[in-house]
Amino acid sequence: MLTFTIRRLILAVPTLLFISLVIFLLLELAPGDPMAQVPLTVPPEVKEKMREALGLGQPMHIRFWKWLVQFFWIEPQVLIDHMFGTAYSVGDLRVISWQTRSPVMDTVVQRIPQTLWVVGTAYIVGILIALPIGIYSAYRQYSVFDQCGTFITMIGFSIPPFFTGPLLIVIFSVQLGWFPFIYDTTHVVNDWDSFVYQLRQMILPVMVLSLQTTAQISRYMRASMLDNLNQDYVRTARAKGLSESVVVMVHVLRNSMIPVVTVIALGMPAIFGGAIITEQIFSVNGIGAQLITALFANDLPTVQTLTFIFAMLIVFFNLIADILYGLLDPRIRYD
Amino acid sequence: MTDLSNSTPLAPPRSQWLSVWDQLKKHKGALMGGSFLLFITLAVLLGPFVWSLDPQKIDYRSRDFRPIYHLLFDADAKAVWGHPLGTDQLGRDGLANILAGGRTSMAVGWSAMLLTLFIGTLVGVIAGYFKRLDGPLMRLTDLFLSLPILPLLLVAVTLFRQPLRANFGPEGGMFILIVAIIGITSWMPTARIVRGDVLALKEREFILAARSIGTQPGAMIWRHLLPNVISPIMVSATLGLAAAIITESALSFLGVGFPSDFPTWGKMLADAVQRMEEFPERVMLPGIAISMTVLSVNYLGDGLRDALDPRIRGR
Repeated sequence: MLTFTIRRLILAVPTLLFISLVIFLLLELAPGDPMAQVPLTVPPEVKEKMREALGLGQPMHIRFWKWLVQFFWIEPQVLIDHMFGTAYSVGDLRVISWQTRSPVMDTVVQRIPQTLWVVGTAYIVGILIALPIGIYSAYRQYSVFDQCGTFITMIGFSIPPFFTGPLLIVIFSVQLGWFPFIYDTTHVVNDWDSFVYQLRQMILPVMVLSLQTTAQISRYMRASMLDNLNQDYVRTARAKGLSESVVVMVHVLRNSMIPVVTVIALGMPAIFGGAIITEQIFSVNGIGAQLITALFANDLPTVQTLTFIFAMLIVFFNLIADILYGLLDPRIRYD
Repeated sequence: MTDLSNSTPLAPPRSQWLSVWDQLKKHKGALMGGSFLLFITLAVLLGPFVWSLDPQKIDYRSRDFRPIYHLLFDADAKAVWGHPLGTDQLGRDGLANILAGGRTSMAVGWSAMLLTLFIGTLVGVIAGYFKRLDGPLMRLTDLFLSLPILPLLLVAVTLFRQPLRANFGPEGGMFILIVAIIGITSWMPTARIVRGDVLALKEREFILAARSIGTQPGAMIWRHLLPNVISPIMVSATLGLAAAIITESALSFLGVGFPSDFPTWGKMLADAVQRMEEFPERVMLPGIAISMTVLSVNYLGDGLRDALDPRIRGR
């Protein structure tokens, strides 16, 4: 199991390097001048100096290397300094945003909790709803419940978040007036009332995001349960005289969770991607909103860093899925 | 038991596609999805000839009309038969815009889907058939699968918009950009499925037989492998079409899609969100159009998957 994990970990390194290269080249080859906004009255030699100050003077490979060093060597040092009060990173150049002139990672660290709160809650709610639906619709295949479940998951697949968001706002905020339609990120939870307010403002974004999760995971759960329900070991368990609940909830469920667990891990980054749209609808100022504003402001270092963070999330969760799969299913491990 | 002594077949052999069609007919969702898709495609293709109002025509005097069905529950509603789906804040006709927007969305969807299928099938068949290329191509597929698609799409569309606009015009350039980017970032599942099927097919006797009579690799792929992997390709085609329509609308919604005077469903929805308290139908109509199209495509895909699977077909 250890060698399996180590092999996967080593495989992740070239993947990350490739992705960072792709992102870097994409931004590099893209036309568009970061000096385009500078007034025409600024003389060319001053512009050249500004360019060098932004670090654009050097050839491409050197800048790629510098960016890698900044991201993988200096930023972790900053993190360690911050946590233990050491001073490894003093004087080192960090990735600076062109928009705010401050280190990109500082802004990201401010923004990430909002995203994590909404995305994380939505994912957990989605899973908690999806699993029972999947189990029951597989157990009663082709029943009315199953047909309804199939229809609802189809709808969940088909209605994009940028439609469910406004739809839910129209119904619950405008018509019924139950929930606020703007997520107030400055809200501080310090007593019961503010906690209730936090819950109420989270309900709509969480509903939008978890609809997608529920649709996907309950489909997988149903398919995986159906694969297992007709197996011989289930008949054996029933023949032994085990009660139906033990057969389904222990024997079948544990075996069918194997692929579902990996799907849950693999779906995590996709939810972050979907959160870009949801954050835009409900004005949550998480990292998705930061990416959009940075894009429109032509702030390439921020765009590069954020895109790479999204890529790292994908690679990280792929790794977790792989390891979980190996952990749960010995047949994969010894392959 | 059938009588085995009678050696002449009672009926001529049925073609494979006929029995696929028989099975598809039994799947009500697929049938409804397919007919809705056909309907919406015909509507956006032929609709602008029937409903010939210019979607871009600005008419301040007839702005903010409500859809005609508002008369049902509100007799004083500002609605006329001349604009059955109402008009927007600039007086542009709702129905004409839905039709024109649908044209763009469907065109992007179909072309991106075809491009996805082309790249996916090419990579899948080559990786499955030529052993030496299998490793590198599949690693490449894995790498592409770990790219963050939506952020990259946003980055690419924003950064490459200007030069393509300059070369192909505002609409043409954006069309090429969006189709190309969706195609490049979503071929991986198709490639994986096709590769798996080709690997399995390669072990079959008819491939051995074809090779023994000296079939060239090109003919082998074209005559023997591709016809046999057509069913997974068709299923992933439906998934690809649905994904492409949603992605295009998402880009328009985030404001990086087509130019602002060019209607697409996603852009209509995004524009209407500002005033959705007063005019919820302007959000609902394009939203329903997107969702219904994607839903019908998904149902069609579901039915096709069942119909093309010979193990299920008998049931």
